[in-house]
Amino acid sequence: MNVESLPDQEKQMTTAELPIYTKKDFQTDQEIRWCPGCGDYAILSAVQMVFADLKVPKEKFVFISGIGCSSRFPYYMNVFGFHTIHGRAPAVATGVKLVRPDLDVWVATGDGDSLSIGGNHTIHMLRRNVGLKVLMFNNKIYGLTKGQYSPTSEVGKKAKSTPFGSVDRPFNPLSLAIGSEATFVARSVDVFQAHLRETLKKAAAHKGSAYVEILQNCNIFNDGAWDTITERDARSEHVVQLEHGKPLIFGKNRDKGIRLVGLDLEVVTLGNGLTEKDLLVHDEHNENPVYAFAISRMDTMPGFPTPVGVFRAIENVPQYEDLVNQQIADVQKKKGKGDLAKLLRAGDTWELRA
Amino acid sequence: MSSSLVDIVGRKKEVVDRAVIRFCGDSGDGMQITGSQFTNTAALFGNDLATFPDFPAEIRAPAGTLPGVSGFQVHFSSNDVYTPGDSVDVLVAMNPAALKMNLADLKPNGILIVNLDNFEENDLRKAQVKVSPLEDHSLDAYRLFSVELTKLTRSALKDLGLDAKSMDRCKNFFALGMCYWLYNRSMEPTLRYLNDKFKNKPDLVQANTLAMKAGYSYCEATEAFQISYEIPPAKLEPGTYRNISGNAALALGFVAASQQAGVKLFLGSYPITPASDILHELSQYKDFGVTTFQAEDEIAAVTSAIGAAYAGALGITTTSGPGMALKTEALGLAVAVELPLVVCDIQRGGPSTGLPTKTEQADLLQALFGRNSEAPIPVLAPATAGDCFWIALEASRIAIKYMVPVIILSDGYLANGAEPWKIPDIEDLPKFPVTYETNPVGFQPYKRNPDTLARSWAIPGTPGLEHRIGGIEKQDVTGNINYEPLNHEHMVRTRAEKVAGIAQDIPEIIPEGDASGDLLIVAWGSTNGPITAAMNAQREKGRKIGHVHLRHLNPFPRNLGDVLKRYKKVLVPEMNMGQLVMILRAKFLVDAQSYGKIQGKPFKQSEIEDKIEELLG
Repeated sequence: MNVESLPDQEKQMTTAELPIYTKKDFQTDQEIRWCPGCGDYAILSAVQMVFADLKVPKEKFVFISGIGCSSRFPYYMNVFGFHTIHGRAPAVATGVKLVRPDLDVWVATGDGDSLSIGGNHTIHMLRRNVGLKVLMFNNKIYGLTKGQYSPTSEVGKKAKSTPFGSVDRPFNPLSLAIGSEATFVARSVDVFQAHLRETLKKAAAHKGSAYVEILQNCNIFNDGAWDTITERDARSEHVVQLEHGKPLIFGKNRDKGIRLVGLDLEVVTLGNGLTEKDLLVHDEHNENPVYAFAISRMDTMPGFPTPVGVFRAIENVPQYEDLVNQQIADVQKKKGKGDLAKLLRAGDTWELRA
Repeated sequence: MSSSLVDIVGRKKEVVDRAVIRFCGDSGDGMQITGSQFTNTAALFGNDLATFPDFPAEIRAPAGTLPGVSGFQVHFSSNDVYTPGDSVDVLVAMNPAALKMNLADLKPNGILIVNLDNFEENDLRKAQVKVSPLEDHSLDAYRLFSVELTKLTRSALKDLGLDAKSMDRCKNFFALGMCYWLYNRSMEPTLRYLNDKFKNKPDLVQANTLAMKAGYSYCEATEAFQISYEIPPAKLEPGTYRNISGNAALALGFVAASQQAGVKLFLGSYPITPASDILHELSQYKDFGVTTFQAEDEIAAVTSAIGAAYAGALGITTTSGPGMALKTEALGLAVAVELPLVVCDIQRGGPSTGLPTKTEQADLLQALFGRNSEAPIPVLAPATAGDCFWIALEASRIAIKYMVPVIILSDGYLANGAEPWKIPDIEDLPKFPVTYETNPVGFQPYKRNPDTLARSWAIPGTPGLEHRIGGIEKQDVTGNINYEPLNHEHMVRTRAEKVAGIAQDIPEIIPEGDASGDLLIVAWGSTNGPITAAMNAQREKGRKIGHVHLRHLNPFPRNLGDVLKRYKKVLVPEMNMGQLVMILRAKFLVDAQSYGKIQGKPFKQSEIEDKIEELLG
């Protein structure tokens, strides 16, 4: 590629006929080194299936990661992959996306990688709205370093480095993302395969940063961290599925709902004069972040279910890489393509003759 | 060397070959702009020159105090100029604090211009001066001109209807006008500058023009000055010249490199003194397709550049010592994944925050070794402000050809100092067109070019080349994760061999001065000027001295070991505690002697000469 050739290259790729992919096309020959029973396997499988369906030429996918169990992800995806350093994947990916906006760039990260060492890059990527799809595997523990508490671990977490229990208050990852001006925020769960695939497809379609928290089980160091959500019997009582335009209803008998009282959310039981009409209706396109923020707090409140699905999807915010490249194109249109000889001679010059 | 003429009113006009002027005053007095204007005018006139802007880290320390003093020194001549000058012929001091901080550098019988209006009791107190130096005969050794700069400026501008504060802001141009008269300079270039700079503020153009002309006329009319000076143009190599600072030259060099390589230029940077000007410059060059990314921190600055390189751009990042420390881990990644990257470290005094606006050369060992494990990186250093242009091209060439990160060590003195620069013809620039890997047949991410040991540049978006890279140790050729002991040793040695092999691709070193003899001075970076000047002066006295100025610090030019043996003694002046000398001693078993200066200031010619005399007797 030289400076001029990029548009041609793009044209070539869009006009070429797209092969029909299957999950298998996205599998690598590398030996997978996650622990048997790890939730990452389910996520890998979902991503491979979704990629096969996205109608994107395979060579356009790039998977970038930091450090941690989740960050081994690129090695197992048969696309362009870059396993970088701890916490920095969003910054590396921003560089890739600025240079090649035509690429479909994904980031695999975890609660430690994204929210602890890489917290700064995460929030700045989100506020800029760089067109990156971030999959944040949240298992509420440091796995690869063998079991220390993480920034999403609950208070009192007894782990290797906190034998008497952790005293730090955790982050709510989605509240943080919404507070960072994120335009797409979603949550799914490793074992909710169909839901996970749907969520990933929505993230893929979003223009701008998509931050997807995937609740993932570390069966070695934090087994059962999400049991209240994932166990079949408990699931319907503890999970509320967010569907755009639909009221927030949950429960085995679909008899419970969430309503708004003043600025507070309240769990109510339907009946006795309370109907679906009294409930909060999910609006993922609500530009006011207060709504998404409020529902992102639900799982931290006793008696409330954990919402899964798309919390927020705002489509009218320009992508960072488009703005940056548009500015370059505008200047080139106005001033013409730069002339190096002229640039070197800019400003005051003088001639010396022999 | 001087000759005298007499002007029509009987005043002497003396022709001299060189002069050094220093403008000093409060940070808010506009001394940097005054000095730059005088410099520009001298350059356009055809003098050779060197400058030394010296300003505090604080943006505006309290007015009139010692920490708030800002200075700009310019040395201009009809002969070669290598340094900003050890001492000054003319000192313009806008207040007692500036006078106190700078007087020691004024030559005996030198011209001293002070703003009399700023020597009131309050001004003296702020400068921690008890008795006015204008009254206690402490300035008797100089030609003192106490001028009411503030009052005279106000009276020149009285009809413009400006408030006192706005009028007082023009007094630096009154002083500039005086210096133009003193050195028989045309005011035209500065008038052009004013008209261009303040296009939309005609009152500012008018006020500064009037102030400057008033200063010029003041000298003409008062006959206070009985002598003025003329410095003929220098005999520089024929060509088209411009003034350039090191940071501007680096920026232009990278634009040129991206054109010569045929790749997009991407700068990831986080603001830091004294490197920010490179970001400012490059952010203007969008017409060249340059992408500048002001990152959230130093780490994102370098990692975004690595991402850009991975995607096929020439990725660069610019910083200074503290930022360099933060980039360390990412540089290791760039070594491991073997991607091209250029890192500019514009060194400043340290450790930690240190002296943000002062120069130093103490990041050499950090550049060479400051990463975990074995992570060799080529290191280059420009010798002059103008050389920064060529170093940017050379660093980019090496980075791309060898698929390796490269560090450029510039420093605060080169960054801000200006010198006349002969503008090169585009045809004379090196070309190093990039070829990306496109052929999937037999493609392996770590298959190497047998000559350079470089792997191929296989960028995302290329069909059939899907592959994974990362910081984990990998098998050579395939790039698969590999922790085997012998593979690791092979990879460590291969990465080192690749960098060492660059020595075959850079010119042999040819010493300046004597090709053999009593003393070889080995140095790098911005010390080039004072060392060249000192060596020339000492060789005129009959001493046999050579000077090697290393632009390639890793790997060294392949004949350096031989050159070191041709002299009886080796001296290594550095603005650090002896970093290059440590490497030379370790590598070549040579009894090289260190001469370190760690004052945040460049060497003076006289300091190097004294050291030479001490060594050679």
